[in-house]
Amino acid sequence: MTISAQLSADGQELIISVEGRFDFSAHQDFRNAYERVDASPKRYRVDLSNANYLDSSALGMLLLLRDHAGGDNARISLVNCRPDVRKILAISNFEQLFEIA
Amino acid sequence: MPELKGDKGFITVLLAEDGPADRMLLATLVARLGHRVLTAANGLEAVALFEQERPQLVLMDALMPVMDGFEAARRIKRLAGEELVPIIFLTSLSEGEALVQSIEAGGDDFLSKPYNPLILEAKIKAMNRLRRLQATVLEQRDLIARHNGHLLTEQRVAKAVFDKITHSGCLGAANIRYLQSPYALFNGDLLLAAYKPSGEMHVLLGDFTGHGLPAAIGAMPVADAFYSMTARGYSPSEILCELNAKLKRILPVGMFCCATLLSVDTQRRLLEVWNGGLPAGYLRRVADGHYVELASRHLPLGVLENDAFDTSCDVHPLAVGDRVLLLSDGVLEVSNATGETFGEERLRTLLRECDEPARLFAQIQNALADFHGEAHDDASMLEILVSDEPISALPMQEYGKSWLISSQDWSASFEFRAQTLKSFNPLPFLLQLLMEVRGLRPRSGELYTVLAELYSNALEHGVMGLNSALKQDAAGFSEYYRQRDQRLSELDAGFVRFHLQIVPNGEGGRLLLRVEDSGEGFAVAEELARQQSPTSLGGRGMRLICRLADECTWDEDGRGVSVEFCWNAGA
Repeated sequence: MTISAQLSADGQELIISVEGRFDFSAHQDFRNAYERVDASPKRYRVDLSNANYLDSSALGMLLLLRDHAGGDNARISLVNCRPDVRKILAISNFEQLFEIA
Repeated sequence: MPELKGDKGFITVLLAEDGPADRMLLATLVARLGHRVLTAANGLEAVALFEQERPQLVLMDALMPVMDGFEAARRIKRLAGEELVPIIFLTSLSEGEALVQSIEAGGDDFLSKPYNPLILEAKIKAMNRLRRLQATVLEQRDLIARHNGHLLTEQRVAKAVFDKITHSGCLGAANIRYLQSPYALFNGDLLLAAYKPSGEMHVLLGDFTGHGLPAAIGAMPVADAFYSMTARGYSPSEILCELNAKLKRILPVGMFCCATLLSVDTQRRLLEVWNGGLPAGYLRRVADGHYVELASRHLPLGVLENDAFDTSCDVHPLAVGDRVLLLSDGVLEVSNATGETFGEERLRTLLRECDEPARLFAQIQNALADFHGEAHDDASMLEILVSDEPISALPMQEYGKSWLISSQDWSASFEFRAQTLKSFNPLPFLLQLLMEVRGLRPRSGELYTVLAELYSNALEHGVMGLNSALKQDAAGFSEYYRQRDQRLSELDAGFVRFHLQIVPNGEGGRLLLRVEDSGEGFAVAEELARQQSPTSLGGRGMRLICRLADECTWDEDGRGVSVEFCWNAGA
């Protein structure tokens, strides 16, 4: 599991990429990815193209990010989800909270 | 755990050497390094001294009279137990075999003659380091074992408390089968079941994010609210609202509870399902063996604020012999030796190929065990068989003392208007009021059922003008409930009135209950005749009311109905 964060050129969007298993062990790294940024991005994009597994604690971490990014006003998209990951997001009906692409 | 001595580097060293000159020489060398020295002239003496003084390190000559060093080393190692007491063999033997023999007897190192003070010092230091490392490992192991013991005790106690809270459940009912580890609570899994006063069964399967104590803590208020609200006759939607609000308030962001709530109504043959975040459950129809998926359509509990929370349930008709299956994601995530998970496909195949529905539950259990290689305890599963057996034991509610307790002569009228009907369920409130009359208490279930039927008839057919003829088949059934939700949310006129009158009659009494609605009424005689048809999916209501109440009359225009419940002295 590796988590990296990168700010877009205009500083408006923070792109967080998750690789491997996205589960409880990613907790601290995932938090660091958006808390230790010297900017206040307007949007967040979580790239899950290389995440092959996602469990309920990962869902919890996404909710924490959403809270950090302004709760109901947060603009977060989850992109490049693999079918398995998409399925888990769908069961939990997370499309009501996140833009899933 | 023996006390750790020699932490400053100075220890007690036992020296076993039969040659007086060598013994003296070595003793002097060791003493000069600052250590305390005990000396023995043979193996037997050495073992005796070891037992007495428990030195931390032993210098052992191999060949000695009475008992040789090998045997003495074996005995000392045995006496030392788990503690590491390093034994350094003193030897002029240079042959490999003797050296091997000394290591096999438990020796940790050897020192060859002639003795070099520097090497002796270095070896004692190294062995002492090893000894302390071992002592630390043991200490930490014991500490962990102690903590784990505490944790298990705490879990046992917590589980006992939790069982007290949830004791009133009906998981033991004859038509329920379930699988759950006794420690499921600490895996965040929760399984609750209880009857409403009217006999519907509510079932909740929940799965909190996370494990251990945090997951278990959330389970307490959920169980508490579920049981008390079910016992008071609240609807699934109302219970869900309460659970969601409660969890949203108490759980930290990022923690939530995936859950399915079922209401199984065997009298009206209705299944209501709300699934937020759990894998799809299944309703197996006895008629054709097909499965209806009870898929997740909502966010889990504790995520949304209540104003955004959707409590709408899917409604399905039921027949005697239908089976409902619920499972936690632990079931699908059971993995085999190669890390592959059981998954939805395997489950579906199993369901499809099952030709003996009575064994379905056991077959899934076996399939999971075969797949995993051993029994798996992180999965929760439940099956309900829809039966028309009467429910043996409805929960007796506990009622507090109140001023009305002996009050047997009163009347009250209520009119609930559109805005109220949209969001408020008056039934628990009315039931609570009527239960103040002691004589009615033994009949609380029948009374609630009659109230519920009268109310839903007045609201659905009267105020909202829904046509129960829609409920001819499964599709019409869903359509009916879709329309019901829609019309209710758009409701802006109309009323339902309840008139309650308690009439004392000697030691007993009567309840006269009248319900009126603002609807257009209906042709009473025709409807009663139609409901005699055993094939009709809907419209069992009127027959049910007639059977349960002591008297029952509809107004000719169908806009009002009066029922009566009587009780005798001593009831």
